[in-house]
Formats: sequence, C-alpha cells, structure tokens
Amino acid sequence: MGTSAESDAFVAFERVQKSYDGETLVVKDLNLAMPKGEFLTMLGPSGSGKTTCLMMLAGFETATHGEIKLDGKPINNIPPHKRGIGMVFQNYALFPHMTVAENLSFPLEVRGMAKSEREQKVKRALEMVQMGAFGGRRPAQLSGGQQQRIALARALVFEAELVLMDEPLGALDKQLREHMQFEIKRIADDLGITVVYVTHDQTEALTMSDRVAVFDDGRIQQLAPPDELYEAPQNSFVAQFIGENNTLEGVIEEIGGNRCTVKLDSGDVIDAMPVNVSQKGERTRVSIRPERVEFNPELGPDAHTLTAEVREFIYMGDVFRTRLSVAGHDEFIVKTRNRADQKRLSPGETIQIGWLPEDCRALDAS
Amino acid sequence: MSDATADPGKIEGPTPDDPLAQAKALDNVDAQGRMLAADGTPLKKSLARSLRIQKLRALMLIAPLLLFVLLTFVAPIADMLFRSVENQIVSDTLPRTVEALQDWDYESGEAPDEPVFDALYDDLFLAAERREHTRLGSRLNYETTGISSLFRQTGRSVEDLGDAYLDQFEELNEAWEEEVVWAELMGSDQWLEEQRAWDEESGDPLPEFQLREGVATLLPETTRSFLNFVEFIRTEDQESPLDEEPWSRVYTGLYTDLMNEDVANYSGPHAELLQEADAAVADFETQTTKEFFLSVDEDWGDPRIWGTLEAFSPNYTSGYFLNAVDMQLTPEGAGLRDEDERIYGLLFKRTMFMSLVITFSCILLGYPIAYLLANLPMRSANLLMILVLLPFWTSLLVRTSAWKVMLQQQGVINDVLVWLGLVGDANRLVMINNQFGTIVAMTHILLPFMILPMYSVMSTIPPSYVRAAKSLGATNVTAFRRVYFPQSVPGIGAGSILVFILAIGYYITPEIVGGTTGTFISNRIAYHISSSLNWGLAAALGTILLAVVLILYWAYDRIVGIDNVKLGG
Ligand SMILES: Nc1ncnc2c1ncn2[C@@H]1O[C@H](COP(=O)(O)OP(=O)(O)OP(=O)(O)O)[C@@H](O)[C@H]1O
Ligand SMILES: [Mg+2]
Repeated sequence: MGTSAESDAFVAFERVQKSYDGETLVVKDLNLAMPKGEFLTMLGPSGSGKTTCLMMLAGFETATHGEIKLDGKPINNIPPHKRGIGMVFQNYALFPHMTVAENLSFPLEVRGMAKSEREQKVKRALEMVQMGAFGGRRPAQLSGGQQQRIALARALVFEAELVLMDEPLGALDKQLREHMQFEIKRIADDLGITVVYVTHDQTEALTMSDRVAVFDDGRIQQLAPPDELYEAPQNSFVAQFIGENNTLEGVIEEIGGNRCTVKLDSGDVIDAMPVNVSQKGERTRVSIRPERVEFNPELGPDAHTLTAEVREFIYMGDVFRTRLSVAGHDEFIVKTRNRADQKRLSPGETIQIGWLPEDCRALDAS
Repeated sequence: MSDATADPGKIEGPTPDDPLAQAKALDNVDAQGRMLAADGTPLKKSLARSLRIQKLRALMLIAPLLLFVLLTFVAPIADMLFRSVENQIVSDTLPRTVEALQDWDYESGEAPDEPVFDALYDDLFLAAERREHTRLGSRLNYETTGISSLFRQTGRSVEDLGDAYLDQFEELNEAWEEEVVWAELMGSDQWLEEQRAWDEESGDPLPEFQLREGVATLLPETTRSFLNFVEFIRTEDQESPLDEEPWSRVYTGLYTDLMNEDVANYSGPHAELLQEADAAVADFETQTTKEFFLSVDEDWGDPRIWGTLEAFSPNYTSGYFLNAVDMQLTPEGAGLRDEDERIYGLLFKRTMFMSLVITFSCILLGYPIAYLLANLPMRSANLLMILVLLPFWTSLLVRTSAWKVMLQQQGVINDVLVWLGLVGDANRLVMINNQFGTIVAMTHILLPFMILPMYSVMSTIPPSYVRAAKSLGATNVTAFRRVYFPQSVPGIGAGSILVFILAIGYYITPEIVGGTTGTFISNRIAYHISSSLNWGLAAALGTILLAVVLILYWAYDRIVGIDNVKLGG
C-alpha cells in the first residue's frame, strides 16, 4: 500500500479535484490508491464530498481536474454503463415497475445474456442474499432490509469486481443495520470484490473496513486501518470525529523525542506525545480517550496529574461514565469498566486523574 | 435472519386476530364477547358514534361546495338526462286525441274516424285559445316536416266550424248572441245572483261558477265546452261570463246536443228558445269534424301525420336518442334515416378521431417538454414552466384568433412559405377552416393539460433510477426505454384522459377555426340549443357524449388502472 503501490493499484484517484459551480472546490486534491479486494470506507461529515467522489468513480460526474484509474486504465472518458462498476444507492433505486427477479435480471439482459443463464444467475444471487423466495415480488412489497439485500444482489449479479455503496444502510434501524453490516462484509469477503463504501456512521466504518478514509472539507484527513485511526489519529479533526474524545488546549512547553509537556490554559502542566506539533511555544490541542484516563493514578513519580472534581456519575451497565471538571473544562469524560472492585464516584468528590503519556496525543490546534 | 429466510407468505408481527385475542384476555369484553370502550359501551358503537360526528363535521365543511355543485352541476346534468327522453307536450296539449287514437291502427293506411277528429277539435280549440298549438307543432316538426305549418294553419281556422253554427243559431234568434241568455241557461240561480252582485272594481275574486241542475244531462256537449270556456275566461282573463259571448265551440256543442237529445220536457229558463232551436237544427247546414279538418288542410287525411302523433303520444320517448344516432322513430317503428340525412354518426366519429389525434399530438409534443421541466436545474425549469403556463393567462379567444391569423391563406405561415419559394403564390395552403386548423389550434390550447400531469409525475422519479440502470450496464436509450419511460406512463395516462375528455367536448375553437369539416359534435349541440331550439335532441347528444366519456374512462380503468393515473405525488 501507500504511494509505492500506486502503479499497480486497482482503483486510483490521482490529484482529483471537483467543482460544481466553478467557484468552490468540493473535492480538493484527492489521492487514493486501493488494491484489489480491499474494503475501503469513506467516512466524513455531511457535505464533505463523499458522494461526489463515488459519483466520479461511477461516471455520473466528471472530475474537474486529475485522473481516476481503474485497473491501471484512465476511465475519465468511459461512459458509466461501460465501466462495469456495481452500485448500491442510498435509496436502493430498485425499479418499482419490475419484480425482484426482473430487477436482478436487468443488468444481465442489457449484456445480452441468454435466458436460461440469466435465470440461473438471478437465482444464485438471490440465494446469496437469502432472498430466494422473493423473486416474484415487487420492491414495494419488501421491507427496507429486504430491499437492501436485493439492491446488493443486483449490484453483484453481473459479477462486477468493484462495487460502490453510498450509505446503503442509512435507512435501516440499528439492529438491522448491524446485521446487514456483517452480511455485506461476509459477501464481499466471499466474492473477493473490491468495495468502496460511504457512510457517516463511524461504528459502521470501523467494524467493516480494511481501511477508512476520513473526509473533511474535500480532503482525506487520514487514511488508515480502523485500529490505527482510533488509536493514532493524525490530526484533531480525526481525533474528534472518531470515537469519544477529551480535548484540552494549551501551549507546548517542552518537546523532545516522543514526549512533550503541555502547559494548559488553566496553568496545569501535563505529559503528552507530540503528533503534529514540532516546536516549543506552539499552540496545541491534546486528546485523551475517556477509557485511557485513570483515577488516583500510581504512574511514574515524575508523571503529572490533574485535580478533578466529579460532576456527574452515569451508570450505563457495562461501563460507568463519569463527568469531571478538569482544568476549567466541565465536559471531561472518564469511562471505567464495571468491575466488582471499581469505585463508584459521587458528585462533588475531588480526585486526582492521570494517564500514560503515549495515550495523550498533542495535535494541531485548529 | 429469520425474516429473510422465512416463507414470504408468512406474515410477520401481529396477525389481525392477535390483538383481539390479547384484548379478550383483559376484562374489557362483554358477555357476548364484544369489545367494550372505557365507559362500558360496546366499542363498535362508540367508534361508530365518534366516526359519525367526524363525518358530520366533514360534511359541514364541504356543504357550501356540495350545494354549489348540486345546483350548478348535478342538477343541470339530471335535467339534461331527463330532457333527452321527456315528451309530455303531446299528451298535455292533445289529451283526448291521444286517448282516442288508441283505437286507431296505423297499419290500416287510413286516417282515423270521426271520434278522433271530434277529440282533436276539442283539444285543438282549447290549445289554440291558449296558444299552445304552435309549440306542439314545432316539436312534432322535428319528426315530420310540415306538421308545424299544419298546426298553425289549423289553429287559425279552428274557429270556423263553430262560427258556422253560431251564425245559423243567431239567424234563428238574436237571443243566442246574448251572454246573459247563455249564463241563465247554463248557470244556477244562486250563482247568477252572486255573479250579478260581483263588482269588478272591488277586487274580490270572481264567484265560483255553478251549473244549473239538470243541464249537464240535457246538454252534455254544450255543458262541457261551456265549462271549458268559463274556466278559461275566469283564470286567464278574469272576465265574468255575463260579459263574454261564448266560444264558437259552445255552439258546435249545442248543435250536437240538439241533434242527439230531446229537450221537449225542459222547463227551465229560455225553454222556448231551446225548443225553437231544437226544431230548426235538423235543417242546419252542417259539416262533420272530419270534413271540416280535411277542408282546412287535406294533410289531416294523411295517415303519416296521425302515425307521428301516435308514435310520440307517450310521455317518454326514445325519439331524441334515435335522432342522435341517425335513426328515426316513424309510425312503422325505429329505422335508419336516409343516407343523406345521417350526420351525427359522422360527427361522433370525427369528434373521436380528432380528439385522439389531438391527444397523441399533445403526448408527442408535451413529453420532451415535461422531461426537460423535470430534469433541468431549478432556474431554467421555472422559466420553462412560465412559458408552458403562458397560454393559461391568455384569453382562449385571443389564442384561437391568433391561429386564424397564422394559418389563413393570406396569413403569416403562408406568407413565409411563399416568400421562401416553397409554395407558389397561386396555390397557398388551406390550413384553416378544416380539420387541420382545428387540430393545430386545439393541440396548442390543450398542451398545458398534458404537460402538467406528466411533469408532476416525472418530477417524482428520482434520477437515481436512471443512474442505477446505467451503472448496471444500460445505454442511455435502454435506461430511458426500460426504466424511465415505464415510470412516466402514469403521467401520460393522466394527461391523456384530461386532454381527451376536454377535447371531446370542446366548442369554441372548432367553432372558430373548424369551418365545416373541422367541427365537433359539441358545435352541433350548441346549434340545437341556441338556433334550432331542439333541446331534447341537444340533451340526447350530450347524454351520448357523456356516456362515451364514461365508457372510455371505464375501459381505461380496466386496461391501465385508474390507480396508475397520477397527477403527482
Ligand atoms: N449536483 C450538485 N450541484 C452543485 N453542488 C453539489 C451537487 N452535488 C453536491 N454538491 C455540493 O458538493 C458538496 C459535497 O456533496 P456530497 O454529496 O459529495 O457530500 P456527501 O459527503 O456525500 O454528504 P452526505 O453525507 O450528506 O451525503 C456539498 O457541499 C454539496 O452541496
Ligand atoms: Mg452523500
């Protein structure tokens, strides 16, 4: 992976830009290389350009600048119906005037496939998504989850190697969504297809993907496997966007190797790991995951700790969530597992908190 | 996973009787197993009550509109349906004739006998006094030409028969001329007293006329015609019988009575006068009613006239409908009209054909525009929409007249063609006052009615369908044909129904640009309403038009399904 693999990547975006109105860039300098068989998720807030990227890849929008390559060949001038890319739309886009089987048979028909072969493939595709008995129904007679399966089967039935999915589970309830996440992942792995998946649900992105591209403001903010994304966010946007996070702002007081000390605006001093800060005096925003904070810490003797006052204690079953007031911040969250020996704090109590320096990342201040 | 693997026929979630079973487990169920509402009344009843209140409220909200529609739409249509079969005018105007005619048979090939003419004399005399005979004449003239003038002529001369007797009675004795003699002969003493006391200036109503006892059996015919006379002058003219000389009809009655009855034993007022006349009538110059009518107009001897009267004597007739389908109700029964008199079949066919052509032209021209409207960016679409709606804001008459200016032989289009050299100046194209002109102008006028429903359906088709088709490998054409077009069909259906139904009843445009070959059935209806005043025929034509539209609507529902017709949403 990385730039070295770009030449033999299956899907490649090279310096792609897109503007709809000629004034603002919706996608700014997008570079992305995907090997065959990868499950890549585009994650980002609304309006960050995810759908636009997908539409450029599918051929419904043209890139204003840059090149998109599929299997090494530029596809900018190939019309959508010749690209052979399967696509699952957010609203499924199942043709309402055709039955489920006709929907599935449509891509095969336009490819001029013989009837018997078509029927066989449709049957197999329906069985793959466990909808074998529903071939004669109309899309309107199916539940949301069932329609979703059919849309998936339709995108796969003509054996596309690349499948694009734009928020395919957005309309489903939580339980069904989780089930379908698993299902889509299983089918993708079984068939060995390459998938570009768009979502703005970060749990979905983390659980399904080989790699996640976090979008913001028309750029990829970070492209990394899920664990890396969660544990080692490269900038404060990613840190904020993925999972729950405590942030404190301050100035670098001392920096050296993979340690730095940060003087917070409240005057307290803490230890952190510099990520994208480089010099003394720079403003920074440090981020600590709620589950990496410890109470009454017995860290090293030179470790810095902070005094915190308990504001709220929330019992959530598997975890306790404690809201603290730390260094002038009222929204500092600490999560602890519900163990038999876990102390339950009560509001008003004053405690000492601390963390391992490598769990506290000093990021850009913006 | 169970939901997908399960049999599709199996219904998930609670089945209809499930909640009932659950509810039974609770205690809000009465002895018969009916569900009870919270206050203990059966659930069905309280539901019905609350629904009734809702319905009443809804009814009150629509009441003004309902009333308006009833008055201006339903009632006229009902009236039209009624008029197309209603035919009481014959039996109202000639009641005794209609009754007498029942014994007559058209097949005999001869005019009826005396009694029928007697009845006709009776009826026609009264009708002529009321001036109703010309109306009846015009009505029957729709069926057999010539009846109108026959009735007018006869109405004018019907006095003559009685006048002949009147003259002879007067010659015999001047007293027959005096109103008072007649009043004393016919009226009772009490009435005479009251009538004499009546003062015209006082404004009191005229006293009720009372017959003298015995006179009805003595002089039955005279009595009947005298009563008619008294009734007429009382109600129509507010005149006293003491001041009015009886109708000549009364003298005819008197003559008949004196010929038939014996007045020798009569001893009431004016007995000598009566007995004198009785002795003299045998020598009167006389004429039977039949002879009289034949002398007025020999057409009365034509059995066809009588056949027509008989055929249209019932209160309800199929005559108008037969007329509307180029048939005729003749004395022999219903039959086709002569070849050269058939016009309505042609007009109906032409109306249908041209409406179809107009509908198809509208589809062809409207579809691309609706597509553009639905798929262009907002700003351009709005501009286009204004252009589409522009015709709505221009008077229909102005638009049609504009087409006249465009299409006529010295018009804009011909001028341009001549200028371009495509058409010689001598043979300019005839594009107006024919079918072509009507089709062009009406397509233009009805186009918005096609575009708007199509547009509203098309704008609900998300672009993702066509995109999905393309991503599945369909070319632009296939994606349109297989995916976009089928989904836009409901719009075409809605537009077509609207345009076709509007076209089939259109009136103004064909009237102005249609000439003789481009007019519709509605123009004929208008003609019968305003020019020939044959409202019954107009109503029958309108009813047929209505039926055709309903049948087409029904057929459309069977073939396409009305649920498939969308005006949007
Ligand atoms: N057809 C278009 N014309 C003009 N601007 C557009 C068009 N489609 C998208 N945009 C703009 O491009 C930007 C990115 O849109 P895009 O649909 O790619 O966002 P997204 O990341 O998919 O958001 P979401 O999560 O809400 O789907 C938005 O600001 C949007 O307003
Ligand atoms: Mg999107």
